[in-house]
Amino acid sequence: MSGVRVLVGTRKGAFILTSDGKRKQWDVTGPHFGGWEIYHFKASAADPNRFYASQSSSWFGQVIQRSNDGGKTWEAVGNKFAYDGVIGTHLWYDGTARPWEFARVWHLEPSLADPDTVYAGIQDAALFRSTDGGQTWQELPGLRQHKSASLWQPGAGGMCLHTILLDPSHPGRIFIAISAAGVFRSDDDGQTWRPMNRGLRSEQIPDPTAEVGHCVHRIAMHPSRPGVLFMQKHWDVMRSDDAGESWREVSGNLPTDFGFPIDVHAHEPDTIYVVPIKSDSEHYLPEGKLRVYRSRTGGNEWEALTKGLPQSHCYVNVLRDAMAVDSLDPCGVYFGTSGGQVYASADAGDSWAPIVRDLPSVVSVEVQTLS
Amino acid sequence: MIRVVLPAHLRTLAHVNGELKLDVEGQATQRSVLDALEACYPMLRGTIRDQVTHQRRPFVRFFACEEDLSHELPDAPLPDAVATGLEPFLVVGAMAGG
Repeated sequence: MSGVRVLVGTRKGAFILTSDGKRKQWDVTGPHFGGWEIYHFKASAADPNRFYASQSSSWFGQVIQRSNDGGKTWEAVGNKFAYDGVIGTHLWYDGTARPWEFARVWHLEPSLADPDTVYAGIQDAALFRSTDGGQTWQELPGLRQHKSASLWQPGAGGMCLHTILLDPSHPGRIFIAISAAGVFRSDDDGQTWRPMNRGLRSEQIPDPTAEVGHCVHRIAMHPSRPGVLFMQKHWDVMRSDDAGESWREVSGNLPTDFGFPIDVHAHEPDTIYVVPIKSDSEHYLPEGKLRVYRSRTGGNEWEALTKGLPQSHCYVNVLRDAMAVDSLDPCGVYFGTSGGQVYASADAGDSWAPIVRDLPSVVSVEVQTLS
Repeated sequence: MIRVVLPAHLRTLAHVNGELKLDVEGQATQRSVLDALEACYPMLRGTIRDQVTHQRRPFVRFFACEEDLSHELPDAPLPDAVATGLEPFLVVGAMAGG
């Protein structure tokens, strides 16, 4: 019998929401790690009972948790993220050079094939990998050794490596995104990297079309078509048809093209979802309406999805890692809000219902489809 | 034998209840106590002091004998009452927030 598990990271702990394939009745467990921020919480595609969670606190720093039994029990594994070689500097908010300093893990991306291999995107921006189930972590230093690295600057939330996409068709090809540097691609398993920001235009930086310096909020791909990427940038929704070599804007008729998450339908590679946010200075929904926008044409033409979502006095935000899809048919779509709601649609976005309404502020949402 | 009291979040992380008792090699200092603590409870590495620099995390404090020892040098001897187990060494999450 099929089912889904929704893995939710919040400002005050992790929650696991479980349902059968109908996705109507939900069992909620948690909080796991109560009181700690869970920036990201994801399962291995190679072993559905292997979970990794990034647990952090302003007081006690970073902990990495691993479960081998689908979240029933947990073990704190390695949390030493030591930059490789010369630390170097990047630009600080005031334009001065600042040494790289570890702050937290923003994103954990398990390998597609090996449950013991997992990538970590951290702040200050760098990519780490563990091949022993999270016990030890090694930096892939080629990224920070890129000649542009000394010019990277933090976005408002810190200089974070927040997105990691592993290309299932090209072994060794990895896409990452950094706020505020942009997208980089490696074709050699993380040894060397190239910026992939041609076509981006950001009016907030001195050279709007610079090779690096763009505040990319998230990128997404459909696994069957990994050469096509979609991006929610600080402003602008973008699309690449050449594996990141160039981008074009597909914001089309969106009410605002600022936002954080973007995701792709599990069975329709040209169906994508965003949640427009009013602006970068307001960080809440336009017109007090919670609307997911869906494009069935890979961008440019968007429709508002509102059935079951509050359409007045709603001023939440949806963060970059807080949207995910399942692979049932019809495709399920899920997102969590800064107000603690987790909404689910079991019909590809046509209608929505809250799974839970009053969790702590949601930081990340991932979904497992169980068979 | 040194008595150590951890804040609630770190007791949960270490799967312990109440006060800990540690055997510490040599002189009792912040460094030797934390070395012994992390050796017994490796999940606490990085939560009290930085994994790389070994500096105390900014929002962690060390108290003992009604004194704030947070700004003492890591190798400074702890009070005799702590070294002899009469008083505990308190690891405290700093009061912060509104």
